[in-house]
Amino acid sequence: MDRINIGWSKEEMATLVANDIPDGSYVNLGIGIPELIANYVPQGREVIIHTENGLLGVGPAPAPGTEDFDLINAGKKPITAIKGACFFHHADSFAMIRGGHLDFTILGAYQVSQNGDLANWSTGSPNDIPAVGGAMDLVQGVKNVFVIMSHTTKDGTPKIVKKCTYPLTGVAVVSRIYTDLAIIDVTSQGLKVIKLAPGIDKNTLQNKTEADLIF
Amino acid sequence: MINKVFKTPKEAIADIFDGATIMIGGFGEAGSPIELIHALIDQGAKNLTIISNNAGSGHVGLAALLEHKRVKKIICSYPKTAFSEVFPDLYCNGEIELELVPQGTLAERIRCGGAGIPAFYTPTSVGTPLAEGKEIREIDGKFYVLEYALKADFSLVKAYQGDRYGNLIYYKTGRNFGPIMCMAAKVTIAQVNKIVEVGELDPEIIVTPNIFVQRVVEVANPLHEHVLVSQNKKYPWTE
Repeated sequence: MDRINIGWSKEEMATLVANDIPDGSYVNLGIGIPELIANYVPQGREVIIHTENGLLGVGPAPAPGTEDFDLINAGKKPITAIKGACFFHHADSFAMIRGGHLDFTILGAYQVSQNGDLANWSTGSPNDIPAVGGAMDLVQGVKNVFVIMSHTTKDGTPKIVKKCTYPLTGVAVVSRIYTDLAIIDVTSQGLKVIKLAPGIDKNTLQNKTEADLIF
Repeated sequence: MINKVFKTPKEAIADIFDGATIMIGGFGEAGSPIELIHALIDQGAKNLTIISNNAGSGHVGLAALLEHKRVKKIICSYPKTAFSEVFPDLYCNGEIELELVPQGTLAERIRCGGAGIPAFYTPTSVGTPLAEGKEIREIDGKFYVLEYALKADFSLVKAYQGDRYGNLIYYKTGRNFGPIMCMAAKVTIAQVNKIVEVGELDPEIIVTPNIFVQRVVEVANPLHEHVLVSQNKKYPWTE
């Protein structure tokens, strides 16, 4: 019962991220919760959304019955293209990513460490089918790497850790973490909390976080 | 007279040999040349090495090629997809070799293969398990991993329109790996929804220049993988 009205919903988290993306930004959104962010870009801002499979200018989801399965996103879901959009091949798409042309990427995560290491592609379990997609390229090439994720796993295990135990996607690549409980910047001094969710105090947040937090 | 047009997928892929390395275009089903893959299943070539971003879904197209045990190794970035059943089984049973490559590194390895560049350094995967055993070099204070180019005996791609010279244009996000795979194979075979007369495609908008394409075959109404998967179809068709 004590979880009710504590923390942010996925939609609220997506709104917080969307509010932090300036007008004119080029943004790549990962699969899952990050996809929601496109729905919450504030009025009056133009943000160009990139999808790794070859489109700059992702639009809203298509109306039911109008899906085109040759027009999909990285999660292989049907999308639309905005006016002014353009298509390109994979080497160009990843030149945008790897060449430092994109301003933001927002990704999900299994774990983030206190120095910004990211683990989001494999649990390392022998039964896990390894699959990496574009995650390792995005974290190396995009100017700002934001993570959006639940603060802990479903069983309460902290996902913000001193050192990642899962296989890494990249070393010291994350600059900001949005969770259901807080927004945290990765700084040279350590993890700095810049906003607490409703109903969350410093002690509660620290107790749910393995790494040390700065308030 | 130059005429790269073949009448059927069967004729276009007839000389693919056992042990060949084949690039197959597509990101999921978008751009996947499903009719060429089905013709390859019928033709029977085996011990293949496949280079493709994914490993297919359901029991059609690339997944069916795997299911018929024609593939010894797959080089790809994301072998699990919704409805991918075949690859996980083969992989867990040790019946297929996987070389997992970050997607951008995969694209660049293919591009370099087509551009005569044997290898390159990239920061992607540095510090991760995918860089283990590879040469690392420090350049201007940052670390990079050496990655080698990929080439193939054949590329199978899907485009939207082509002409008898082999010029191609694509359709929406179905373009993905097609243009770079056309560059990286000795023999590129493109299935297109429509073959048009030479000169009909505006030179300003041609995406793949004809020099990169050896064969073109028209498949007017290509199958949709998601429809076949939702109907639980298996290739070869049973009825």
